Amino acid sequence: MVDVPSDVLAGIPPAEVGEVDLYHPRSWWTRYVFSQDAKIIAVQYAMTAMAIGMVALVLSWLMRLQLGFPGTFSFIDPSQYLQFITMHGMIMVIYLLTALFLGGFGNYLIPLMVGARDMVFPYANMLSYWIYLLAVLVLVATFFVPGGPTGAGWTLYPPQAILSGSPGQEAGIIMMLVSLILFIIGFTMGGLNYVVTVLQGRTRGMTLMRLPLTVWGIFTATVMALLAFPALFVASVMMLFDRLLGTSFFMPTLVEMGQLGKYGGGSPLLFQHLFWFFGHPEVYIVALPAFGIVSDLISTHARKNIFGYRMMVWAIVGIGAMSFVVWAHHMYVSGMNPKFGFFFATTTLIIAIPTAIKVYNWILTLWRGDIHLTVPMLFALAFIITFVNGGLTGLFLGNVVVDVPLSDTMFVVAHFHMVMGVAPIMVVFGAIYHWYPKVTGRMLNETLGRFHFWVTFLGAYAIFFPMHYLGLLGVPRRYHDIGGTAFVPASAHDLNAFMSIAALIVGFAQLVFVFNMIRSLSKGEDAGGNPWNATTLEWQTPQTPPAHGNWGKELPVVYRWAYDYSVPGAARDFIPQNEPPASLTPKGAHP
Amino acid sequence: MTAIVLFMAGIAAIAGWWLSQQRLAAKPWLEEGAIGDFPGGSSTSLPAAKIGLGVFLAVVGSLFALFVSAYSMRMQLIDWRSLPVPGLLWFNTGVLVVSSGALQWAQVSARRNDSENVLTGLLAGGVSAVVFLIGQLLVWQQLNTRGYFLAANPANAFFYLITAIHGLHLLGGLVALGRTIVKAWRGVEIPRLRLSVELCAMYWHFLLLVWLILLALLTGWADDFVTICRQLLT
Repeated sequence: MVDVPSDVLAGIPPAEVGEVDLYHPRSWWTRYVFSQDAKIIAVQYAMTAMAIGMVALVLSWLMRLQLGFPGTFSFIDPSQYLQFITMHGMIMVIYLLTALFLGGFGNYLIPLMVGARDMVFPYANMLSYWIYLLAVLVLVATFFVPGGPTGAGWTLYPPQAILSGSPGQEAGIIMMLVSLILFIIGFTMGGLNYVVTVLQGRTRGMTLMRLPLTVWGIFTATVMALLAFPALFVASVMMLFDRLLGTSFFMPTLVEMGQLGKYGGGSPLLFQHLFWFFGHPEVYIVALPAFGIVSDLISTHARKNIFGYRMMVWAIVGIGAMSFVVWAHHMYVSGMNPKFGFFFATTTLIIAIPTAIKVYNWILTLWRGDIHLTVPMLFALAFIITFVNGGLTGLFLGNVVVDVPLSDTMFVVAHFHMVMGVAPIMVVFGAIYHWYPKVTGRMLNETLGRFHFWVTFLGAYAIFFPMHYLGLLGVPRRYHDIGGTAFVPASAHDLNAFMSIAALIVGFAQLVFVFNMIRSLSKGEDAGGNPWNATTLEWQTPQTPPAHGNWGKELPVVYRWAYDYSVPGAARDFIPQNEPPASLTPKGAHP
Repeated sequence: MTAIVLFMAGIAAIAGWWLSQQRLAAKPWLEEGAIGDFPGGSSTSLPAAKIGLGVFLAVVGSLFALFVSAYSMRMQLIDWRSLPVPGLLWFNTGVLVVSSGALQWAQVSARRNDSENVLTGLLAGGVSAVVFLIGQLLVWQQLNTRGYFLAANPANAFFYLITAIHGLHLLGGLVALGRTIVKAWRGVEIPRLRLSVELCAMYWHFLLLVWLILLALLTGWADDFVTICRQLLT
């Protein structure tokens, strides 16, 4: 072995971490509740996100019941319908997907995958979760305040968001904004951890280009979120001022309920710019972790190295950077200089290039691989299909002339549900089936998993694929009841009923998944340390589930990249990242 | 949105520079071997807390750049009436400069292992920061008594909002500074204190820089500057 120059070793943590450096819980409370261990925090984040996600699922049922069978359910009035839409969107995008990918998977996987004992700032990490929980509780509380939750749509556009007549104008909107502000503060604490742990917590030999793509995806998404969430923060604070203190940041002069309001001169467009400066990166904040995780799932379950690793990394970074200059494509119908429309349409279409590179690379990874159709692999394949589907309709909507007529129709709803609803959720499920054995030490039940997959995948298609057609017919979104309109044929109503039944079935199938997770905790097959024969470090921990501190006495040393599957001439079809190359193994030692 | 786009371009330049040092063109599938066989790509020797603060400052910078963007967009609408700059604001600015300078002095003293001066510097920095905050509250009071209420005009609203957000960040910094002062007071050795002092100084310098930019914006200098730049370009 060559002499190692000292500057190369300068930033590398020592093999053994002294006892003082690692926080040790002293009681049951600090071990399981106010824990500073990233793995516990990850589970807390994931459980909270999934619990609030179930609420959003029920809200989607209620919306579908109304859309499928208008007039049948008298307890759903137009105001409530708008409230359901708003809360469903807000919860799914921010409180479920963002929190689950970054707070859940980020916390669990980053320290393990980079070979660290824990996050670098465990205390801030713990605070992050508790502030997130508080944000969720404030959000849930809006259901019980007078006037109910806000019905302004998840984009919360002023002026209607804070005018009388909008549902939840009394307390709902205020608490919504407070909840968002709390979420952002909590997220920032966690996000600093994820970024700095990837930068500074990597073990010896773990160069950036040896990181699994999961870490690259979560890392880049976190950087983006740290920079983009302040825009939502600014917008929320300013709207809170408008609502509570009577300022006119966003509120124009207007007549409200027959009387000239107290506001004057504000710019609703200013809000839209701020909101979408956050809102578009948010799409990729959800998508990039999904891209990363799905790359690892495909590579592991196809027993083949990821095709074009460098391209995958460059594409992740490129998408992350590009996503900050496309925000106004959400505002084509808000009125803007046509030259701006052209600029934003161009940048939007350019983003399709790195994204397409990723899709090709996933498919080329599968090409002539040894594909194991395990449940995680099924979900990964389903992700590719739904993502391509949603991505292609994105190309439609990225063009101004196509977007303008389609903008307020169900086509847009179908598009974003495919691309950032169903597709990332497929990855979430795949990832849970993949990593559950590491988190709990037991496998999830395969039969129940397959049932869950097929019902969810086919069911989601049954809901959202026909929705494109409704959109092309011109069926508007956000309407409580489309009534008898000349351009909507009777068959569209039948289609709506069909989609609603599919939504109910898909929703119930999630109960099977929840049952599977609970049952497998005690009755699941014993997983062993590395049930998928994967190469990345989290599967090489001395204990499963990994103990506090992750790695026993010595941190692992990394000798290779994360994708040494089916290497010609190797004894097994995978070589873990911490297995030394033959040239470094002393004679007579472990083969 | 020019301010935030420029800010993001700056962040992108820093990120791009850092990535260019990371051998992103390496072919990891060929690079099997022990650490040190392949140069680059390892962590820096800076302490994690310093990197963490650096990332946090990027977040705070993004927050203020967005406020500046919102300010300059809202300013162009017809109902904008700029408010007069209270003289006290200049005094406050001076105090904040002193505060930052004191912490710089504490930092230099910490590097020289001069524990007495460290404590003096930290205390001076803390006290002057508190004076700055009180001064800002007085500015608010002056404006309020002169009839420049929060909701009367967007210029007023932005003034109160932006100074409040800046003040809150300083208040957060004072918590960290307070803990460092307590440690220094209890006689913790300098080597164990040095990092905290450096972090406080870094945060204070950043908030001073932000304040100077905000001051230029709130007093209208930034407009003149932009106009001059425009004239130079055309």
